[in-house]
Amino acid sequence: MPDQEQPPPLGAQEDAATRAVTVGAATPEPDAARSLWSDAWHDLRRNPVFLVSALLIVFLVLIALWPGLIASQDPQRCQLGRSLQGPSSGHWFGFDTQGCDVYTRTVHGARASIAVGVCATLGVALLGAVVGGLAGFLGGFWDTLLSRLTDVFFGIPMVLGAIVFLSMITLSGIWPVVLVIAALGWPQIARIARGSVITVARNDYVQAARALGAGNTRMLLRHITPNAVAPVIVMATIMLGTFIALEATLSYLGVGLRPPTVSWGVDISAASDGMQFRNAPHILLYPAAALSVTVLAFIMLGDAVRDALDPKLR
Amino acid sequence: MGRYVLRRLIQMIPVFVGATFLIFVMVYALGDPVSALFGDRGPDPATAKALREEFNLDKPVWQQYLLYMGDILTGDFGTAFNGEPVTALMDRAFPISFRLMVTALVFEMLIGITLGVITGLRRGRSLDTSVLVLTLAVIAVPTFVLGTTAQYFLGVEFGWIDPAVSPDARLDELIVPGLILSLVSLAYVTRLTRTSVAENTRADYIRTAVAKGLPRRRVTVRHLLRNSLIPVITYLGADVGTLMAGAIVTERIFNIQGVGYQLYQGILRQNSPTVVGFVVVLVLIFLLANLLVDLMYAVLDPRIRYA
Repeated sequence: MPDQEQPPPLGAQEDAATRAVTVGAATPEPDAARSLWSDAWHDLRRNPVFLVSALLIVFLVLIALWPGLIASQDPQRCQLGRSLQGPSSGHWFGFDTQGCDVYTRTVHGARASIAVGVCATLGVALLGAVVGGLAGFLGGFWDTLLSRLTDVFFGIPMVLGAIVFLSMITLSGIWPVVLVIAALGWPQIARIARGSVITVARNDYVQAARALGAGNTRMLLRHITPNAVAPVIVMATIMLGTFIALEATLSYLGVGLRPPTVSWGVDISAASDGMQFRNAPHILLYPAAALSVTVLAFIMLGDAVRDALDPKLR
Repeated sequence: MGRYVLRRLIQMIPVFVGATFLIFVMVYALGDPVSALFGDRGPDPATAKALREEFNLDKPVWQQYLLYMGDILTGDFGTAFNGEPVTALMDRAFPISFRLMVTALVFEMLIGITLGVITGLRRGRSLDTSVLVLTLAVIAVPTFVLGTTAQYFLGVEFGWIDPAVSPDARLDELIVPGLILSLVSLAYVTRLTRTSVAENTRADYIRTAVAKGLPRRRVTVRHLLRNSLIPVITYLGADVGTLMAGAIVTERIFNIQGVGYQLYQGILRQNSPTVVGFVVVLVLIFLLANLLVDLMYAVLDPRIRYA
């Protein structure tokens, strides 16, 4: 494999060096030289895309934690008599096929989607960063072994592997979905983490730390991780949005979350089954819109964070 | 070049074995193909035992895997539960999915790269912003929502297309499903081309090309585009595998009886020989597509040479 062995551009090195000074020092950053992180935060606060998506995400997390804040009814309390009734003043989003209030279900659906997205991303980021980071740091035999392992998992198409795995196990709830996404999604992060660690490890300040007699643990925790973690965070934020969409896709295919669980994927699946939405578009529109806005918010957040952290775009 | 290809092909072997073994374990160790064959009613123990012996299911998993791989190398993919050889299913399904994938790829390349170049050259203008917002919207709305609504409006409401694709899946029937399948990747290709083009317009060689008086068109196509396409090609190569497997959703919506349809049916019925056979072929396609991408680098960027 043609590895990119060129040294990082001069600007990046300087940047990394200033970062090292501030991150390495025990005191929080002095005003004179801002670290990469405070610089990024300085940019982000002025970026409208970041502000909008962050506000949206805060709102979504709030209703995921306490759906009762804006929807006081029980999402499972349905009356067949009201099946497919359109929106009215008391029930803004109307009723679905089972006669459940679409507004209540859409609000309560946030919890499953956000929980799957956040947990799966945490799993993927942790697994990918550890495997990729170790491969890049240790090099040699371990690099070859871990990189091939990454290739093996990368070789399994995500949707396919997830369907095979989920259809074979009988557990229900969000954990099997989280587990399978984490198990199949980490190679992407691992590749990024490996490249990032290799670039950082070549820097002078890392060599200096080594020369001063720093052990492996100290090198990894104090010098390499803080400087190599940015690309992983960016990638993970963008992936969070796609994982939420993936959960909905799996639920649509009938192997993800299943009906007693309230989720957007489950509701969209029910609405598109046999084109039930043709006479009642509201049963598809609202859960689909909620899902899309959530995915959009996380992708926009990831974009904004990447722009702020990427020194090339300055 | 030849030695590089050979080395890459040898490197592919452990990856191929690992990926297929993982799928094999998932299907054969987590599920129980024999009881799946009998459905809800439990099988007669003697019959079940005979079947297990016939299909080598009484042996340890690694032995089963070796026996299975041995059969595959001789072109025997086993028999599906309905008695049809798996290769017969593949003969029907792969050409259909291949046509669908090619349709999607053509959309991605034509629309995605064109939009990407145009927006990359006009960064910050209103056209750029609106295309960027559109790509975000396409990425955010899940494929199955876009697919079902497109099917409803184009197929049922307006009657422009047949809502369901016929078993032959002619190329003209695959245009709308191919577009739906390509949409998310199309958006990514647009964004990737845009970033790449915008970065390269500031490069020294572009300034040189302009300075020596080359026509604008030649600078864009021969100098800018050729260099900007490298990350896009990488993405497209990886996308071949995703499109073949990711077609499960699109094929289900439009009732296209391709690879995704067969796989989905196989998975639901725990038809293990079908599932493992199809996945083995898909993994192989995925790996070969990635190799092809690395070879394309040398064509696009003369600085990259493989010894």
